[in-house]
Amino acid sequence: MEEISSLMHGFAVALTPMNIGLMMIGILLGVLIGVLPGLGGANGVAILLPLTFAMGSTPAGQVSAIILLSCIYWGALFGGAITSILFNIPGEPWSVATTFDGYPMSQKGKAGEALTAAFTSSFVGAFIAVLMITFLAPMVARFALRFGPPEFFSVYLLTFCSFVGMTKSPPFKTLAAMMLGFALAAVGLDTVTGQLRLTFGFTELLKGFDFLIAVIGLFGIGEILLTIEEGLNFKGTEGKMRMKVVLETWKELPKYWKTSLRSSAIGCWMGITPGGATPASFMGYGVAKKLSPNGANFGKGEIEGVVAPETAAHAAGTAALLPMLTLGIPGSPTAAVLLGGLLIWGLQPGPLLFEEKKDFVWGLIASMYLGNVVGLIVVLTTVPLFAAILRVPFSIIAPVILVICAIGAFTVHQSMFDVWLMIIFGIIGYVFKKLDYPMAPMVLAIVLGDRAEDAFRQSMLASQGSLAVFFSNGLVGSITALALLMLFWAPLSATIARLRR
Amino acid sequence: MSEHDKESGGAADDTPAASYRTIDAVTAVVIFAIGAVVAWDSYRIGAKWGSDGPEAGYFPFYIGLILCISSIVNFINALREKSFAEGGESFVSKSSLRMVFSVMIPTIIYVAAIGGVGPVPGVGIYVASVIFIAVFMLWLGKYGWGKTLGVSIGVPVFFFLMFEIWFKVPLPKGPLEAMLGLD
Repeated sequence: MEEISSLMHGFAVALTPMNIGLMMIGILLGVLIGVLPGLGGANGVAILLPLTFAMGSTPAGQVSAIILLSCIYWGALFGGAITSILFNIPGEPWSVATTFDGYPMSQKGKAGEALTAAFTSSFVGAFIAVLMITFLAPMVARFALRFGPPEFFSVYLLTFCSFVGMTKSPPFKTLAAMMLGFALAAVGLDTVTGQLRLTFGFTELLKGFDFLIAVIGLFGIGEILLTIEEGLNFKGTEGKMRMKVVLETWKELPKYWKTSLRSSAIGCWMGITPGGATPASFMGYGVAKKLSPNGANFGKGEIEGVVAPETAAHAAGTAALLPMLTLGIPGSPTAAVLLGGLLIWGLQPGPLLFEEKKDFVWGLIASMYLGNVVGLIVVLTTVPLFAAILRVPFSIIAPVILVICAIGAFTVHQSMFDVWLMIIFGIIGYVFKKLDYPMAPMVLAIVLGDRAEDAFRQSMLASQGSLAVFFSNGLVGSITALALLMLFWAPLSATIARLRR
Repeated sequence: MSEHDKESGGAADDTPAASYRTIDAVTAVVIFAIGAVVAWDSYRIGAKWGSDGPEAGYFPFYIGLILCISSIVNFINALREKSFAEGGESFVSKSSLRMVFSVMIPTIIYVAAIGGVGPVPGVGIYVASVIFIAVFMLWLGKYGWGKTLGVSIGVPVFFFLMFEIWFKVPLPKGPLEAMLGLD
């Protein structure tokens, strides 16, 4: 088994005292980000990304940098559950489904059980997803080595069409948000022809829009505005963790292995296709409610109702890194930010990464195993600390988070113009969120816009402008067909349902 | 804020500031305009097939076009929603909007204070952050001066140590830092 030896090599790369230390810092920062309103996985990693610019100049530093950033992401995935269970306030969108049974449990005085179940399920979901990445990613990468521009464009098409077909937002709103992202990506100097596009004479726009600014504005400022509007005041139960409760809950959890496996499968699938952690958690919850013998008790404080969404969310969050590493196509906004980090450090994500940067890839995969073990231990021991942070009133937390966002936006390019852009994106984020325009496809379009366009242009050049190139062989043809199927999924499935009746 | 708003302030005011339908429709119109601008500018620089392949505006032109088409659909869908008189949803209530503005306006002033506007020089991010956090705590949080000063000075000092000294990432500084020789 080649993968096993590669993985062992990866452990050797990742297991340095410095990297373990970075894991702890990353997880703690991540949980903090996950707990605080307005800071989430995507914008938290985006804000901290500039701090790793210097780190990423050496190969060993690149591994350390990705370990730090990916652990922030794992931490954020863990942290969302704390607020959901103790305060009935989802710290992250993917932990909304955790409130359904998590909060009733804590009201009954079973907060310790609910938290243990949530963290352990998160760990299980992530672990299964990492196992999948370990064995599937090298295969996907090897397969993708044969891809040419038309194949890559068809995969981009599939990614974006899946958004239209799979998100719950109205399809034309998804389309509009996505196209807005592509339009923003096109702004600036066109690298092929050297022409200026959509700059309208503003020199600040020459280098185009940076998606990190968009992420900080849309998810950070926008989220703060929404939170304020809801008039947030934290009223929650105590977050105490006793070792006895943890052990007793662990004894009970294996009973729900079926739910865990189901949710992991849902999560892995939703993570690879760009469904993301949030729909995965709802789907995991919904499926468990339908199939579990305790389904009728869901919503009243059933431990299985915590296990199902948490496993799925964490599996999806982890699985989102598979297409990011192997194809250069992130499965979630946070994976997109990590991809941005790779590009900044001079790494080209895609199939060649597995050939040329073995240390980096396997170091990262090994760190996913380690990071989640470290994460589980850290969160189980630090819950009371984070529950205490949540009692800090909003009139202190809000300005501090806004200051952090401003610093984060400034440090990307050392530019005040970016801070103003962040504010504008914040207002857009607030309005879009309320009107149900999805932000994930917009962010992904800003990140992938240039690459998708390059792939499109190269395909068009090769075919002399004929769109038939996207059906020119079996592989590209079936991906394109699948993309079109996803695009028209909603009307198609409605028609099928009508015909059946 | 108008005089009327001030009078009714304090108690929760659930009267809507705008209907969902209006904002939905206006947003669709704005996105249509953006799409039209994108398509027009792409057409200007060439959206056809040039001598050496697709021109610079080829791809964005179609992006602009799809933006326009999808926002027309969104606009029509918005108009189909119930208006206020028919019991439609509210986009934001007046009291919520006031809360949002009470955060948004200080934030905009804060960003302006960091880098300055036009000929007016900024005070740098650290001084601006001290004032920003203090205003929030005094005005929205109703804290005493002692606590306010502790937090509002402590947090920026922590960020100063972290960014300028630990990570060596320079942030915008103003006359105070220059005077103290921290530049």
